[in-house]
Amino acid sequence: MPGEIVELRGHIVDSLLLPKVLDEITGRGGVFELEELRIGRRRTDPSHARIRVEADDPDLLEEILTRIQEHGAELVDTEDVHLAPAPGDGVFPDRFYVTSNHPCSVRVAGRYIPVSPVRMDCAVVVDAGASTARAVRFAGVRQGDPVVVGHRGVRVRPVQRDVRRADHFEFMASETSAEKPKGVVIRAIAAAMRETRDAGQKVLLVAGPAVVHTGAVPHVVRLIEAGYVQVLFSGNALAVHDVERAWYGTSLGIDVEHGRPVEAGHQHHLHAINRVRALGGIHAAVETGALTTGLMHACVRRNVEFLLAGSVRDDGPLPDVIVDMVHAQREMGLRVEGVGFALMVATMLHSIAAGNLLPASCRIACVDINPAVVTKLADRGSFHAIGLVTDVEPFFHELLTVLEA
Amino acid sequence: MSPRPRVLMVPPTYYGIEYEINPWMDRRQPADTAAAQRQWDGLRSVLVDRLGAEVCLAEPQRGCPDMVFTANAGIVLGDQAVLSRFRHAERQGEEPHFAAWFAAHGYNVQRLPDEIAFEGEGDALFVGDTLLAGYLYRSEVRGHQRVGELLGVRTLSLELTDPRFYHLDTCFCPLDGQTAAYFPGAFDEYARRVLAAEVPLLVAVVEEEAVRFACNAVVLGRHVALNTGCPNLEADLRTLGFTPHATPLDEFLKAGGSAKCLTLHLDRQLVRCLDGGVPEVP
Repeated sequence: MPGEIVELRGHIVDSLLLPKVLDEITGRGGVFELEELRIGRRRTDPSHARIRVEADDPDLLEEILTRIQEHGAELVDTEDVHLAPAPGDGVFPDRFYVTSNHPCSVRVAGRYIPVSPVRMDCAVVVDAGASTARAVRFAGVRQGDPVVVGHRGVRVRPVQRDVRRADHFEFMASETSAEKPKGVVIRAIAAAMRETRDAGQKVLLVAGPAVVHTGAVPHVVRLIEAGYVQVLFSGNALAVHDVERAWYGTSLGIDVEHGRPVEAGHQHHLHAINRVRALGGIHAAVETGALTTGLMHACVRRNVEFLLAGSVRDDGPLPDVIVDMVHAQREMGLRVEGVGFALMVATMLHSIAAGNLLPASCRIACVDINPAVVTKLADRGSFHAIGLVTDVEPFFHELLTVLEA
Repeated sequence: MSPRPRVLMVPPTYYGIEYEINPWMDRRQPADTAAAQRQWDGLRSVLVDRLGAEVCLAEPQRGCPDMVFTANAGIVLGDQAVLSRFRHAERQGEEPHFAAWFAAHGYNVQRLPDEIAFEGEGDALFVGDTLLAGYLYRSEVRGHQRVGELLGVRTLSLELTDPRFYHLDTCFCPLDGQTAAYFPGAFDEYARRVLAAEVPLLVAVVEEEAVRFACNAVVLGRHVALNTGCPNLEADLRTLGFTPHATPLDEFLKAGGSAKCLTLHLDRQLVRCLDGGVPEVP
């Protein structure tokens, strides 16, 4: 059973900190052993307790440790991480330690080294010589790499709901419901975007083709032009229909202005794909003057980094689409560096993929017409996710109104 | 005759809502500088003219809008001043200015390790010989332990549970060695039990007055300076033999502060007795 030793000192009896810490341990399903207890003899003398804390699983242990550290419990250093060589390229050793989206560090030669990047579902490869520890996915490990196994010497610092700050965004982060006052949530999203931009961090927009279908492209273009988006993750369809809209005024054959199907409109997106392929890609389409409006055009003009990851049902795809999924994951991983806020709109797959790459400290807003999608995305182990069930176009309209007020 | 009580204040020259680090602060609701100055002058006048206090002033600093809240400069006992280590970077710039002031005025300045947050008298108040200290939002239990060791006093940590009352002095006000006013909703159950055991007479403040920062009051002898709009606490104080002095401080409420936050006691004294040190609350 994973365990740690903590110490508690001070006037821990009269302040009820000792019983409180023990209550926290057992109340959360852990067990403790009081290894040592010295009670101060005079009123002013401090007392001292040494407690071994154990829990069935490492996440629960970390949760307990985090909470009792708030009550003054301090971890006593125990031992270094255990390492085992990777048995082959792309294969981790048995019992490899699996990361979460919370910051963690590993003890090597008596010193804690932070694991970078903060990313879930990775193993940890240690370079003792360089005193570095990397979170790597399967594709990133090479035979013989020293990989952390078990939980010894691994310390996780869960990102807390930051009760110390007045963060309206976090206050809003709760259950997803279509009944939630949308204006309040949208104001929280706007504030988070503004803060992120002002702090010099990046805003990531993860968007599905419904942005085009619902007629929200002009709003998103305005967001981009106002500097509220630095990175865009999407798939083939968003770019295809955006270009289709730019060239034909339709999205999947439907006139975006009037909402009516257009004669032979179902072919528009295929012609659009063909023309972009002929030009050599979206950047080329903009640079040659062929593509002059739309979301992708705005991305190119405003230097928004975009990454389009393919899927098995894609038409085309556009030359810009990365069709090797491991490659796409790696590229996305590089681009989330410095992202302070992620707005995920109307795409489940790309949103989950982005969510998997983001540290728990990154604030996330998920907007979708389907409550199940919002719940699924908002409930990904982060206090910093808020969800909004709404149609895409009115959402962006309202968001812009708030941001431009 | 006891000497004049001494408190530290900083004029609100650079006071303003420039960031948001507690639920009261909202940059869209800025402070009215002139009104803040008037209210600060009003409090100072109550302390000096009516309560006979000596008010020492530290120089306000541009870029330190919250420096006006001197209760968070540190905690003073005898000639020892334990300097605060602010939780938020926004306020850490105040530390060297307060350190310089304490040193220039003959205090032995004690510092906590950089990684431990402790926000001075804002989170540490004496009841008799015991230092009651608040934690979670700003100060850490580890900080309380170090302060207790440095000052050689019994220190009991109390967990705060309502972000509106993020410092102990926003929800707890010792009146004398036996009596204190408090807002029960700001404490967890363990803390309420500790308070019940430590303070023989606890006066509960109603929520409407707690959010007026009724507990954020300056107590000098049997006189209590506090924000206006707290009639119930004023009545309780009179019943207990204290004289309340209400003075408007709403401009400071915008930043989550009131009378007590604007002052730091400079003359807590250690009186030796058989069982270690006993600070005497002036």
